[in-house]
Amino acid sequence: MPEEEQITKMVVISDSELPSDIAISAYKVSSDVTIKETCYGLMVTGRRQEVDKVVNAVRKLAPTRIFVKERGFPPGDSRRCRANRGGGPRPGFHQLKEELDLLPDIGKGLVLVERGSKPVPIPEEKGLPVDTFKKIIDEEAAKYGGNNTQ
Amino acid sequence: MKVFIYPTNSLILSDLVERFGHQPLAMMKEIRKKVTDLGLDSPPMNMTPDDAKKGLKYAAIEIPSGVRGRMSLMDPLIEQAEAAIIVEDADYMFGCMGCARTNELVKYVIRTKGVPVLELKYPKNENEAKNFVLYIKEFLDKLATPEKAQLAPEPRTEVKK
Repeated sequence: MPEEEQITKMVVISDSELPSDIAISAYKVSSDVTIKETCYGLMVTGRRQEVDKVVNAVRKLAPTRIFVKERGFPPGDSRRCRANRGGGPRPGFHQLKEELDLLPDIGKGLVLVERGSKPVPIPEEKGLPVDTFKKIIDEEAAKYGGNNTQ
Repeated sequence: MKVFIYPTNSLILSDLVERFGHQPLAMMKEIRKKVTDLGLDSPPMNMTPDDAKKGLKYAAIEIPSGVRGRMSLMDPLIEQAEAAIIVEDADYMFGCMGCARTNELVKYVIRTKGVPVLELKYPKNENEAKNFVLYIKEFLDKLATPEKAQLAPEPRTEVKK
């Protein structure tokens, strides 16, 4: 039954909100889900309908600073949980960390979406022209008495 | 509309697609089906030799089974895709040769599927991140109202930064 399937969603906080504050707000919404507080936010587990309800309510607290994605493994799964791994970050954390660093900027983009802004093409950065690069090589080589005839 | 995302497990893309009113087709759902299945055919991840056979749909028999196994995981996502967002140059997509070749193949299959595709580069700074969000919003809005869309006559749309 698709309604009965248990899913887990990760609630990731991008800014200065505290996971504990968000967890308290999440507990107020529904008691039919399991909520685990983590360093980056929360993990909410339960039936899809209930989880979506909680996640949507939490997202409304700070729409541009709270991000959500589904997670494949349930929380505390021995194949992923650090408790059984003997230390080190869990698989997948490095990617999350990489994206966490970008979330404040993505949040600023969401503010622009609310204001109805349109994208502005940014000119692509060009590399150093080959002739200029050759000139620099020749100059540097000349300093050390190198051959600059090539 | 069901939107395929690449990187297939991206938090940012998954969130933005859902936030703007579409359904993200992300790898996590397929992983969940595998790892929470009651039958343990091939612990710990439940990838079986049959999965590599399913990958034959996309890659020939001489292609490493790692690529075919990964493709079998992505097959339901590719099948359901009605649109796609491909983001290139994400630092965390660095991986082994199996991952790299699978990524190339997934992008190729999606591009040739004939669904609208938005191609972007992974943002490196604030301005690029803002543009990134705005491009995705614009693309998803066009998908929502196909009759009013300014999509090109061919189904594929590309916006490059």
